[in-house]
Amino acid sequence: MDAPHSMGTTIIGMEYAEGVILGADSRTTTGLYVANRASDKITQLTDNVYVCRSGSAADSQVVSDYVRYFLNQHTIQIGKAASVKTAATLVRELSYQNKSFLETGLIVAGWDTHEGGSVYGVPLGGTMLRLPFATGGSGCSYLYGFLDQAWQPNMSREDAEKLVVKAIALAIARDGASGGVVRTINVNAYGVERNFYAGDQLPLFYDELAPRPTLIHF
Amino acid sequence: MTKTTIDLPPKGGFSFDLCRRNAFLESQGTKMPKFRKTGTTIVGLIFKDGVILGADTRATEGEIVCDKNCEKIHYLAPNISCCGAGTAADTENVTDMVSSQLELHRYATGRDSRVVTALTMLKSHLFGYQGAVSAALVLGGVDVTGPHLHAVYPHGSTDTLPFATMGSGSLAAMAMFESRFKEGMTREEGIEVVCAAICAGIFNDLGSGSNVDLCVITKGGKEYLRNYQQPNPRSYTHSKGYHFTSGHTAILSSKIRALRNQVRVVEGDAMEEE
Repeated sequence: MDAPHSMGTTIIGMEYAEGVILGADSRTTTGLYVANRASDKITQLTDNVYVCRSGSAADSQVVSDYVRYFLNQHTIQIGKAASVKTAATLVRELSYQNKSFLETGLIVAGWDTHEGGSVYGVPLGGTMLRLPFATGGSGCSYLYGFLDQAWQPNMSREDAEKLVVKAIALAIARDGASGGVVRTINVNAYGVERNFYAGDQLPLFYDELAPRPTLIHF
Repeated sequence: MTKTTIDLPPKGGFSFDLCRRNAFLESQGTKMPKFRKTGTTIVGLIFKDGVILGADTRATEGEIVCDKNCEKIHYLAPNISCCGAGTAADTENVTDMVSSQLELHRYATGRDSRVVTALTMLKSHLFGYQGAVSAALVLGGVDVTGPHLHAVYPHGSTDTLPFATMGSGSLAAMAMFESRFKEGMTREEGIEVVCAAICAGIFNDLGSGSNVDLCVITKGGKEYLRNYQQPNPRSYTHSKGYHFTSGHTAILSSKIRALRNQVRVVEGDAMEEE
């Protein structure tokens, strides 16, 4: 119970034809107890840039709060929307300069006029790497092979969303520290759309049982 | 040349003279006193008209119950309250500090405090101390933007939830919440669910016990229900409790002294009245 609040987590950021899709599970653990089974790990930085958080809950919340604040000032100063690269760079600066104190892996993704949709992974230590798709958290180990095979460039929105949901469901099936519901955010030129997939809407895989309604009634 | 000693005024700040002595005593085998902790079950939930916070009332020092009826629901603002679990000194002081900061903020802004303000103040303080301030809080209140409920952890992370439990009894309480919570409950239903959750902690967790405290916060105001339920009454050998008629104890001698007019001003001015 006294273990630090951490997000075991599976997080994904993925480019598709018109923009990006961010996806995450919703489990936050304190040791072996699920402190929050419905967390929202995808946080808004600006109107057009979002970040997926993993690792220490406190560290990732504080880093996103600082970056949101800096980006807010930056947007006022330049008079237009911030670019995804700028947001990712700010996240990287904080992560790298404070690497000995922080334990958080972040995926920054969004849409801007210069590059269209872009995804930047900023793992522990503060590297910044632009990728067509990025994964993070304890559940990402189970997704490397799957996404290497399944990701295609220029997917449609529906295909990309289905792929993200399937990937997170696969990770949830194997990773104890990931679970709950799947939340996705789709960012493109036209705006932002949030989606929510409850446990019974996720695809089932080998050896998984279909969820049943509760047997407990009061 | 004579050596003169100059009387310097005290430097101010902290004096750590006794730390070496304490360390020495500890190395010799003296047992240091344990921290006073509130083992605790604290809960909060959002109902139709606002927020209900609940807490047990047991405070422990190691294995001993040092306070059978302590108050774990702290005041932050007229419309915001906070339950505290963890080290009692830490929860007490961090809530007092944020309460003062909020009052100053109200004067500066001319507005009622918002729950997210209290949340930001708590989380930045706790994050700065990197978990050394062992305060796990359930923060709830109603402001212009509506009812809010947050769980705050010692390292500075926060969760925003419709129902939350913290403390050593949180698992027992959460079991009750997960089975009984519904959205949009009435005040009576909400109180019933909160009491069930706290009682689950009181009876199944050794770090929680005694009575149930409640705080119901709505747009209309805050209602602090101290000792709303007392499911652990004191039991006596005789049904009437202890009863000592006069004459039980022999009086050997008696002397009655009036306590007023004992202070005589010897020199200097008497202290001014106002």
